[in-house]
Amino acid sequence: MSQPKDFGFSEDISMLKETFARFLTDKKPINMLRPSLEGTEDPYHGSIRTGFYDEETWQQMVELGWHAVAVPEDNGGIGMGLVAAVALAEEIGQFALSTPLSATLQACFLLREIKSSAADQLLTDIAAGESAGLAIHGEQGSLETDSTDVTFADGTLTGTAWYVTDAQKLDHFIVAAASDNGVGLFRVASNQPGVSLHPDRIVDLTRDQAHLVFHQARAETLCEPGKGEHCLQAALPALLTLAAADIAGAAEWQLQTTAEYAKVRQQFDRPIGFFQAVKHPIVDMMIQTDETRSLVYNAACAFDYDKEDALRCAHLAKSNASDTASLSSQRSTQLHGGIGFTWEADIQIYHKRQIHSQFLFGDGTWQRKKLAELI
Amino acid sequence: MSESRLNNEQQEFQEFCRRWLIENRPEPTKTPLPQAAYEVVDEDHRIYLCDWQAKCYEAELIATDLPKEYGGHGHTGLQQIASAEVRRAKVPYFINWIGLGMTVPTLLAHGSEEQKKTFLPPIFTAEHIWCQGFSEPGAGSDLASLQTSAEKQGDLWVINGSKVWTSLGHFAQWMLLLARNDKQNKYGGITYFLAPMDHPGITVNPIHKMTGESGFNEVFLDQVEIGDHLRVDEIGAGWKVAMSTLTNERGAGVGVGAVAGESPKLVMQQVIDLAKGTIRNGQSVWDDPIWRDRLIKMYERTEAAIQNARRSKVKALNGGAMRIPLQGKVTGSEISQELHHLALGVLGLKSSLYTRDENAADDGKWALGYMNTYTGTISGGSSEIQRNILGERILGMPKTK
Repeated sequence: MSQPKDFGFSEDISMLKETFARFLTDKKPINMLRPSLEGTEDPYHGSIRTGFYDEETWQQMVELGWHAVAVPEDNGGIGMGLVAAVALAEEIGQFALSTPLSATLQACFLLREIKSSAADQLLTDIAAGESAGLAIHGEQGSLETDSTDVTFADGTLTGTAWYVTDAQKLDHFIVAAASDNGVGLFRVASNQPGVSLHPDRIVDLTRDQAHLVFHQARAETLCEPGKGEHCLQAALPALLTLAAADIAGAAEWQLQTTAEYAKVRQQFDRPIGFFQAVKHPIVDMMIQTDETRSLVYNAACAFDYDKEDALRCAHLAKSNASDTASLSSQRSTQLHGGIGFTWEADIQIYHKRQIHSQFLFGDGTWQRKKLAELI
Repeated sequence: MSESRLNNEQQEFQEFCRRWLIENRPEPTKTPLPQAAYEVVDEDHRIYLCDWQAKCYEAELIATDLPKEYGGHGHTGLQQIASAEVRRAKVPYFINWIGLGMTVPTLLAHGSEEQKKTFLPPIFTAEHIWCQGFSEPGAGSDLASLQTSAEKQGDLWVINGSKVWTSLGHFAQWMLLLARNDKQNKYGGITYFLAPMDHPGITVNPIHKMTGESGFNEVFLDQVEIGDHLRVDEIGAGWKVAMSTLTNERGAGVGVGAVAGESPKLVMQQVIDLAKGTIRNGQSVWDDPIWRDRLIKMYERTEAAIQNARRSKVKALNGGAMRIPLQGKVTGSEISQELHHLALGVLGLKSSLYTRDENAADDGKWALGYMNTYTGTISGGSSEIQRNILGERILGMPKTK
């Protein structure tokens, strides 16, 4: 199989991306986020933040069908692939959007690999407007699925799922749990008996995170024990690429914002962008962001058109993106000087989102270790 | 290149190119060719490479899409196929890379009808080798400070001054020459000429590089008389024309024939193989996790360069027509340099063995290649100048100068 030269970025997807970007430009997600951050800035005494997202904005997104972009048509969705989902993810990153959409897109790509009637039902529920996310990490945050701290027995889950992204925003969870027959994937609702959600105090202001404690929580089997790892592995390229796309979008915002600042901030009687000690590091942000963007589009296209090469391309994309997240954040704060170090500057919001993203589904070093096994 | 998107004519031409390049691959030279076209100094290499380029032109792999009145073959949409196939086939490079890569696009954009008809055909056949007379001892990154003078005397221009880093100057029949017609006007006082190298006032002396090779020269111009018909564009328009030449030199131009050479992807694979085959302390360098991480980081960048090139042609995703192409020179040359540097590290002490040493790995090509990568990061606008251009033209930051 070979990829189309244009990354499969069709007219339809181009329109989808533009419409979504216009929608977010009007909404100004950061301005909506700000009030929810009031009084939370003190790391020693600050209260636990609620998992902020604007309910009305999410409902509008659902009405416009963006939540169901990756749900197959048979399940009432739009039936588009990863190229389309990545187009959305990039904009989510660009606008640092607090949303159940990221987790729901991830859930869709995992559910699509399971191919059971229970998985189909959850996809159908997503199409109807329910949100869902992954609860697959153990306490060490390892991606290896046998590290889950949840066990499944007699139709119920017991144990703790860690680092559940955007947990407070979600209606359903897909939980990886071990049993005598291996790892399986299970569905629980966020509000059902036996499921308690413990919000984590995290650095990133645009996401929330929690650990979920299960006490004999009744769970529906999505994927039989023993087959869970296979399904997670099949969905991994999509999860990595979506995370990398979010970083690429945020990095582009960091680049443009820093370049703009260098044009207006005057020191020594000139805009600081005149000085090569400022100009060149910003150009390096662009070079690295462009590498990431190209590798992200390639990885998305490989997933949709050339599955055999998808994992290699996805590791490449997330490896590069993780390093971009780090470089762009460091440069954006440094080159903004004192103002970039303040709570008031949006620069800090993206910086924190990026360092969180850097480690989602493995940082650059881990991706390269996996990549070495493939080439 | 995705084969599914080619039309019938393109597909047929692609098959023709592949067949032709297999059937006509020249026998290797008696002594090995230098790594790149700008290092050729031996006369037998010159003859060999000129013959090869002429043959490729006859086969319509060069000037494929250009009009017939300029010596082209008059096709449409076939040049990129020919160029891709030439690169793929790993055949000898085209010696007239300055003529093809710089003179042709510059004259197409700025030359008179007469100049195009006269000068383009012998470039394609390699009858006329070209060199570039831009840099001077006192004008490198600040090219517009050049001092070589052009004085109008009747119908003639009289040129005095010197040029430096002139690749192929020892073979060239013609030079792309920048000279100053007005000392008071830095940018607007430069005029662009086509200078015949056989003029008695021209002296060419070789310069030896850190590699020990020659290949480039210093050129002295003493009372060199040039007819006004050899001026390109208006008097004082030289800087504008030079920028168009440099855009092509930096890889952002259209191209009329591939200047074949090893792709970064191929070199990357060679370095990975080198790491797998180099045993130290009982394990291969590839099995050392620190080295493997460094190598894969480079692998990532070579892949990114390929995907960048692909994305630059997708309008909806490229972030503007020039954003990616203008990065090509700085990223390409820096990737190549770092890649060669990595190869030296993989080899360890063995990298000390140079080209004539019988125990050297790959005939010493990694040390030689590493040193030669500085050609890429310095010439044609250094990496620092490229970063100025990117910061100013793409990101809109104020001009450094």
